[in-house]
Amino acid sequence: MSRSVTLRNPKRRSCNFGVSRADTQTTRFKGKRYQHKRVMLTDPDSPPSSCWSTWSPLTEPVLGVMAGRGGGRGRRMMSFSVEAVCINRGESLPPSIQQPTPLFPVMEQKPLPLTGGEEAEYLLALKQEFRGAMKTLPFFIQPTAAKKDVERYSDKYHSGEQTDGVTDWSPEWKRFPKELRVKKPCRNGLSAVTRSDKPPLGQNNNNNKTDKEEVLLKLETLQKKEEPSSEEEEEEEKKKKQEEEEADGEEEYDEEEFEEETDYIMSYFDNGEEFGGDSDGDMDEAVY
Amino acid sequence: MTAQEVRLCGLLLREHFGEVVEKVGTHLLRGGAQNLRIIIHETGVPLDLVKKSLCVLVQHGACVFSSGRKGAGSPTEYRTSCDRILRILRYPRYIYTTKTLYGDTGELIIEELLQRGHMTMSSTVKTVADRLTQNMEGQYLSVCINQGLSKLFSLFLKVFLVLRFLFFVEIEYDKETAAVLIPPFLLEGLCMDYGEVSNAFSKLVETHFLQRCPPMVAAGAAASAAPATPATPGTPAAPVSTAPPSPESFPDCYKVPHMTLVGRGKRQLCSEDGEDQRNAKRAKMDSQAHGDEGICWQVNFERFHLHFRDQAIISAVANKLDQTSSEIVRTMLRMSEVTTSPTATCTKPLSANEIFRSLPPSYNIARPIVDQYLTLLVDDPMEFVGKAGESGGGMYVVNLHRALANLARATLESVVQERFGSRSARIFRLLLRKRHLEQKQVEDFAMIPAKEAKDMLYTLLAQNLVQLQEIPKTPDFAPSRTFYLYTVNQLPTARMLLQNCYKTVANLIERRLFESRENKRLLEKSQRIEAILASLQASGAEPEQLTEVEEMITATEKQQLEALRLHINKLDSAENQVDESIFLLESYINSTASTS
Repeated sequence: MSRSVTLRNPKRRSCNFGVSRADTQTTRFKGKRYQHKRVMLTDPDSPPSSCWSTWSPLTEPVLGVMAGRGGGRGRRMMSFSVEAVCINRGESLPPSIQQPTPLFPVMEQKPLPLTGGEEAEYLLALKQEFRGAMKTLPFFIQPTAAKKDVERYSDKYHSGEQTDGVTDWSPEWKRFPKELRVKKPCRNGLSAVTRSDKPPLGQNNNNNKTDKEEVLLKLETLQKKEEPSSEEEEEEEKKKKQEEEEADGEEEYDEEEFEEETDYIMSYFDNGEEFGGDSDGDMDEAVY
Repeated sequence: MTAQEVRLCGLLLREHFGEVVEKVGTHLLRGGAQNLRIIIHETGVPLDLVKKSLCVLVQHGACVFSSGRKGAGSPTEYRTSCDRILRILRYPRYIYTTKTLYGDTGELIIEELLQRGHMTMSSTVKTVADRLTQNMEGQYLSVCINQGLSKLFSLFLKVFLVLRFLFFVEIEYDKETAAVLIPPFLLEGLCMDYGEVSNAFSKLVETHFLQRCPPMVAAGAAASAAPATPATPGTPAAPVSTAPPSPESFPDCYKVPHMTLVGRGKRQLCSEDGEDQRNAKRAKMDSQAHGDEGICWQVNFERFHLHFRDQAIISAVANKLDQTSSEIVRTMLRMSEVTTSPTATCTKPLSANEIFRSLPPSYNIARPIVDQYLTLLVDDPMEFVGKAGESGGGMYVVNLHRALANLARATLESVVQERFGSRSARIFRLLLRKRHLEQKQVEDFAMIPAKEAKDMLYTLLAQNLVQLQEIPKTPDFAPSRTFYLYTVNQLPTARMLLQNCYKTVANLIERRLFESRENKRLLEKSQRIEAILASLQASGAEPEQLTEVEEMITATEKQQLEALRLHINKLDSAENQVDESIFLLESYINSTASTS
């Protein structure tokens, strides 16, 4: 015999708590069939189970479920039969807690020790080496150093140190969206990172200052002159921004003037410091 | 992306790529697909740094870009997902696995690719050959050390090796001294040939551990160039028409390109010479095309995960039954490696004859014994192996999804056992087996006194490991006339524990960073002292000077350093271990997701 859950009897003051017919299911239990809804442990309307006062393991889970259901009863005593949850008369409820639980509660069960062994140690060494290696790779991006209050004499020498080493990598720009291309000026020092691809029309090459390379430089700049004209239609606004960021290194002064054929000579504002510090004012311009 | 996942991803990005990338990455994780302008505006990071960060993220596969939602002309949108970044936790395991399978060469190839994201084959081969050459030198030198050829130099090299492993900082040391002390003609022969490395690379590709990166369409304008083969979205598709295609949808995914690369690894000579040589060589090499430009390779994480899953199943069988059964299961899994798809519920049926023939020759077991073992495996309640038919002496399959579910269940049980004790674990296992039980029944079946059982049940309930199900007798849910049944739902509990694992790892990382920060001064001092020691020894100093420098660190500081090193190692190992649990739970959850 299955009884319906419909609580349509208007005399009943309890509502059906937003449960529609579809949320009910029939279960066989102890030989009888019951129709019921699947309830959450904590009723969404009940207050969250905080660890504050009057918490006790007995009241928390059961009454949370009961919270909405006491309507219509109006009695203040616990509205469920005590035998149902097996609290015998003689027993008392566990004391209610009146302050938040401690930050590091005492553990009754101590955790197991870590597995040692050769494999674990090797994995550990691999992990630490990997972390150390990643810090030296050009993928580790340092935030722009905060500007000091007064320019110091030694800044000139310090900035050189930081840009030393493997600080540049030129990704294969075909795999990247166009707007991410940063026209970086060439840097001194070669990157030990082998580049994935080096198209002859590459925009940002690690050129050297040796005499042999200047010939290549000139060829490249001539090629680059052809490049910007095709791109200019698309990226006029972006170029302006990019060029302003390229102020980097006094040694590149001449090359940059030579390379860029636009009117915006970023060396106008060349201060030899890290690039990018001056593009904040251009936030209003649309970049697409 | 849950809050814990995002927090953990942020910490991982910070450790490996710096704080700028962390900021951009977490912003993308929280905000979904965004275009460049929004990212700049909301993070407040300068434009070029944002661009660099995005480049780094795309290079490592953490971020994908596609044309905007509004059509072809809208700006490109960038999307990150947690999964790829969380893989960083597992990198040591990938590298170690490759080492066991393919030796040092394979290990270095995978390490290089993991560090760089994706690279062409030629550049990988070159870098790895160079590194192997340097390692070979180091080994040769250590052989010299053991023969007592140079006492000072031996000390110097030991310091170097110790530093590499202990202080996770690479200190460049001067190879000039090395070159001078060792006769040059002996070093000439110590070079790694490119051919060997290429072979290892090809083997990795054949077994699908490496795959090509999916060829990119013109940046940003994805609408015009649709991939030739219909792309099955490997990544969760955004509501864009062109979902990012998975690498497997392209037919050349595992084809090794024909490339002309002849040479040997380069020794790193002393700095000035090396630089000139590199400059000179660069002009030559740059013009030399290796025939594989534009084809980038990346590590195929899914294949590694399948391998780990197989390992887990085999070791579970070995623990539960015995070595021979695990060998049989290993043979079955090996035979079905290529025929089973990654999301298959079970392997293709294999006949007992085939299994018997493919067993490793070192196991000369008689045929009837193999049959007995197979019967045992089928009858085992863990249900790793199932019988699918009678032809060919019996057709057997390995039930992959069921095995994963059992492994996850074992993980849950052990968590309960370690946190709440063995009796609570007994109650938990009981509920897992019997599904729904009343409180009285729990006490009876678990054979635990009523009061204690009640307490334990309520503790588990408070931790949300056990749920309460009500079955009313009357429609008004009157408590005196309602049955309250305790139950355990494995899948939601597994999800909850997975989030706990993420939180754990994040806490471990934070604690490690905190410890390093607290003792930063001490660490820096010790690094300086080691550097001074190394340079002194390189220039040949007397022992008194060395001891004088060593005494600059006091005994208490040495103790502190030792304790700090111990703590950091412990925290790191703990992260590795938690990652194993994460892998099991994730595999289980993904397996249920694919079948449902």
